[in-house]
Amino acid sequence: MVGPALEDNYPLIGRRRFLLTSGGALLAAVFTRPALARLTVQEALAVFANGAEIKEGRIRLEIPPLVENGNLVGATVTVDSPMTEADHVKRIALFNEKNPQADMAVFHLGPRAGRAEVSTRLRLATTQVVTAVCEMSDGGFWASKAHVIVTLAACVETL
Amino acid sequence: MSAARWFLPAASAVLLSGVLMASQEEAPTNEKRSGLDYVSPETRAMQEDDTSNPGMLWVLDGETLWNRAEGENGQSCASCHGDAEQNMRGVAARYPVFDTDSKFPVDLQGRINQCRQARQKTDPLEYESDALLALTAYVAHQSRGMPVAPGADSRLAQFHENGRRLYEKSIGQLDLACSSCHDERAGERLAGAIIPQAHPTAYPLYRLEWQTLGSLQRRLRNCMIGVRAEPYAYGSLELVELELYLMSRAEGLPVETPGVRP
Amino acid sequence: MARTLVNVPETARAGEIIEIKAMIAHPMETGHRVDAKGATIPRNIINRFECVYDGATVFAADLYPAVSANPFFSFTTVATRSGAIRFIWTDDQGAVETASAEITVT
Repeated sequence: MVGPALEDNYPLIGRRRFLLTSGGALLAAVFTRPALARLTVQEALAVFANGAEIKEGRIRLEIPPLVENGNLVGATVTVDSPMTEADHVKRIALFNEKNPQADMAVFHLGPRAGRAEVSTRLRLATTQVVTAVCEMSDGGFWASKAHVIVTLAACVETL
Repeated sequence: MSAARWFLPAASAVLLSGVLMASQEEAPTNEKRSGLDYVSPETRAMQEDDTSNPGMLWVLDGETLWNRAEGENGQSCASCHGDAEQNMRGVAARYPVFDTDSKFPVDLQGRINQCRQARQKTDPLEYESDALLALTAYVAHQSRGMPVAPGADSRLAQFHENGRRLYEKSIGQLDLACSSCHDERAGERLAGAIIPQAHPTAYPLYRLEWQTLGSLQRRLRNCMIGVRAEPYAYGSLELVELELYLMSRAEGLPVETPGVRP
Repeated sequence: MARTLVNVPETARAGEIIEIKAMIAHPMETGHRVDAKGATIPRNIINRFECVYDGATVFAADLYPAVSANPFFSFTTVATRSGAIRFIWTDDQGAVETASAEITVT
């Protein structure tokens, strides 16, 4: 079983190899675990990519490194793509490490978008890593991640 | 400062020492500052762009409600007040005002409910209901950019004075007054947040913590709960008196409704 | 009363990439919160958003509780022809909200 902290223990090259080889095994793990358990980011990515290899690059996740409140964190995802019939982004997904559920949002787009750029607002339960992954029309998957520090609010309404 | 304030839980004591350390680094300022000056660039950008400011959802809703007939007489706000863009401009900048019928000060929310009951012959709206927040935000929004300009109404003097007294009175288990933080330590840090000067110029405002629009009364009660005091009830005279005093402190700052804060 | 706020340029040249913003008032109740009596507040989120323009869905989103209350999206589309750009939000209770904005393409 893959623990949630494993990804951070791997240097970039090692993790790339890890993503390359373990998609199928992760996918198998997802379907044999108790239904209520939270998927790890790696498992959620494997489900999204249906076990296919996910590479680093081509996608950029802009999110403030330090936020005042985790209830509303602006995020913008941009993918390096010409967005033509022949070569475009089909889906963009966002996953988190430490919310009750790994999935955040899946965006569906195509050549009529003109540009692969989407912004939304996310909830982050605590300081954690957010991962953005895209599926290209050629079947390739690309990912990027960003670390967000969620600061503690001093005066909250409920104690 | 009373001795009791030093008997704080350990976590609060750490926070307080952080505040004292910060005070040596940052020069105090006498300049009046909106809380907007202390929010992150992302939060400020959200407030300043009407197509991304979530508070505008309530403002738009308020416009619909302004024109909707309600109650026995079939009258809308617009039936008497006409075009809000013209006739409500500047109103929020001078509220709360003295109400000649009740002989008490009235805030915008109170005035809206008073109109509903006396003129429209319908039920008052509940505090923090979307409808009351929407109407209040719509009216206050008409004054956006205008400087806060409380009138010099001598009939308000005693209520204003009581508001000042409430602001400076230590309350709750933490034995803190509004002024302990918002005068003596404004601009310094409490945990991750900078303590603002408590100018209520952007209400009703969208608070990320609340995930919705909220009134100044909700925020004031929030602070009272924070210092472990029993908060005054929604619609109580004390909350209006506090608003009266706070608005006089904020004189000259622009109205921002709908504001966005963390 | 569901409130929506959409922003589409009034005019665009054919082939121009335009930016669209859409926001709706919705609590996006996560299903992880409890009320004052300790009972779980049932999940009710907008789970699907679509933007339809010139005969096709040009953008769609599947949403989870990690999307903020009063969900906001901005995205782009290529201006093709004059007409309505429609927006459709659907929540867990099956409530559907729509909005529409006209664009003139020259």
